[in-house]
Amino acid sequence: MTDIFSTASEMASAVAKKEISSVELTQAHLDRIKETDGKVHSFLFVDESGALEQAKAVDVKIAKGESLSPLAGVPLALKDILAQEGIPTTAGSKILEGWRPPYDATVVTKLKEAGVVILGKTNMDEFAMGSSTENSAYGTTQNPWDLTRTPGGSSGGSAAAVAAFQAPIAIGTDTGGSIRQPAALTGIVGVKPTYGGVSRYGVIAYSSSLDQVGPFARTVLDTALLHEAIAGHDERDSTSINAPVPQVVAAAKRGDVKGMKIGVIKELSGAGFQAGVLARFNESLDLLVSQGAEIVEVSCPNFEYALAAYYLIAPSEASSNLARFDSMRYGLRVGDDGKRGAEEVMSITRDAGFGKEVKRRIILGTYALSSGYYDAYYGSAQKVRTLVKQDFEAAFSKADVLVSPVTPTTAFKIGEKSNDPVAMYLSDIATIPVNMAGIGGMSLPVGLADEDGLPVGLQILAPVMQDDRFYRVGGTLEAALLSKWGKPILANAPKLGAK
Amino acid sequence: MAEISREDVAHLAKLARIEMTPDELDHMATELDSILGAVKAVSKVATSEIAPTSHPLEMTNIFRPDVVKPSLTNEQALSGAPAKDEERFKVPQILGEE
Repeated sequence: MTDIFSTASEMASAVAKKEISSVELTQAHLDRIKETDGKVHSFLFVDESGALEQAKAVDVKIAKGESLSPLAGVPLALKDILAQEGIPTTAGSKILEGWRPPYDATVVTKLKEAGVVILGKTNMDEFAMGSSTENSAYGTTQNPWDLTRTPGGSSGGSAAAVAAFQAPIAIGTDTGGSIRQPAALTGIVGVKPTYGGVSRYGVIAYSSSLDQVGPFARTVLDTALLHEAIAGHDERDSTSINAPVPQVVAAAKRGDVKGMKIGVIKELSGAGFQAGVLARFNESLDLLVSQGAEIVEVSCPNFEYALAAYYLIAPSEASSNLARFDSMRYGLRVGDDGKRGAEEVMSITRDAGFGKEVKRRIILGTYALSSGYYDAYYGSAQKVRTLVKQDFEAAFSKADVLVSPVTPTTAFKIGEKSNDPVAMYLSDIATIPVNMAGIGGMSLPVGLADEDGLPVGLQILAPVMQDDRFYRVGGTLEAALLSKWGKPILANAPKLGAK
Repeated sequence: MAEISREDVAHLAKLARIEMTPDELDHMATELDSILGAVKAVSKVATSEIAPTSHPLEMTNIFRPDVVKPSLTNEQALSGAPAKDEERFKVPQILGEE
């Protein structure tokens, strides 16, 4: 029987065979959201009528016998950083409260064309700046595995929605780990595609040279199906790669890693990582070997500087990108009493509308770009970016894919790191180098840590536009783990609703 | 020595057009100082012979044909405006009394 606990590909196939209508499936997810979101708080806005309308349109097409995309009729949760026409879009910020975009992001257009049903917008750290959703202006999302812990971030709402069976698939964005880290902390699959692989048109910009849109799902195949649905060249994004989309669905179905060389990144697999995280990581390596892969060790000595470089590059780009929130054409305007000038109104509005972390990064970026400090900070950070890229090039000359744990620890407690920005930044230590180099990566759930019973993620990385490689490895490992466990990892999570 | 002073932060906030309270400035100066302490590690390895990378893709000058295509209507473009006047954005005064 198909229900909210099925996979997206099972749902799509049941809808196509008329075993269940898309309207019924969508209603079941809307009911689940009503039942569980008081606890999890994944959603900032649920578009009940719009979702049912989109579902009905798919059912009508099926009744007419029209051919459909592989995800037609399947519900999805959309990170609130993507513009969707007529639907409130805040990026987790008060400065955009009440804004309804007059257009769709390219990814949203593609989803609509594919007959994917958009349930609503998910919670996130304000402007994607954070690793826990605690920086959202609209409250924190709770981790479905343990409601006292964060689901990670910034795409924490999307990850929690998928882990809590509120949606089988979701869209996130990843600037320094914002898809992979929440996927790891909630026990689901998340992919950051190669930079330029998915259009950024209509995605509210944080750090334009690092931002990338990507998929979440509960299986590798579902993730690949969503990846294919949203990827491809878009002339409205000048940084979009004009080349065929990697064959990720075929790779996810392939099911073997014979002869593949798996490179273990020495610097990201030892000190500083929780014992339970390392235990699951090492078991995954053994499983890959039993499937015919070869393990090699690679060294990326400059990764230790990547985090520092990221926290100069991203805030620098953010300080420029967020200049558009000037209270003139859209969004919040505060203090316009008819006497104050535009600049004063702008300054009052930006103080009232931006949260603490956003202000911190704008000021930091303004500093790193200012004359006298540019060379020491932003200029040096760009050189580190070159070194990180070179480290990856050398590593990929020895291995087909690279692996590491996604995060140093399992999900942390809400409030544990919120007053210590540097401690929070450290949770992205393994994911950040990937964005610096523009390559793609997957987070795959590989078990639960012995000490706390929380999910652990394996990061699998491939060179630019070779995203199919991590789907091949991820799909194979997922099958091996499933046969070892006898049930999906999420079967171990607490039940949030009646079912 | 502190990397960044409260006065520096006040100046940066002015440049970034964010009006901050004295309390906010105090907090921000302390926090930025610890962040800058952590990120200045980049200068240790950034020697002069390394070329900077500003972007992951090595592409320049992406052009498209210069043709008019459908775009937002005036009504759509003005739909999110905090204030409007007929077909225009209405903004606070730009030229002061100077």
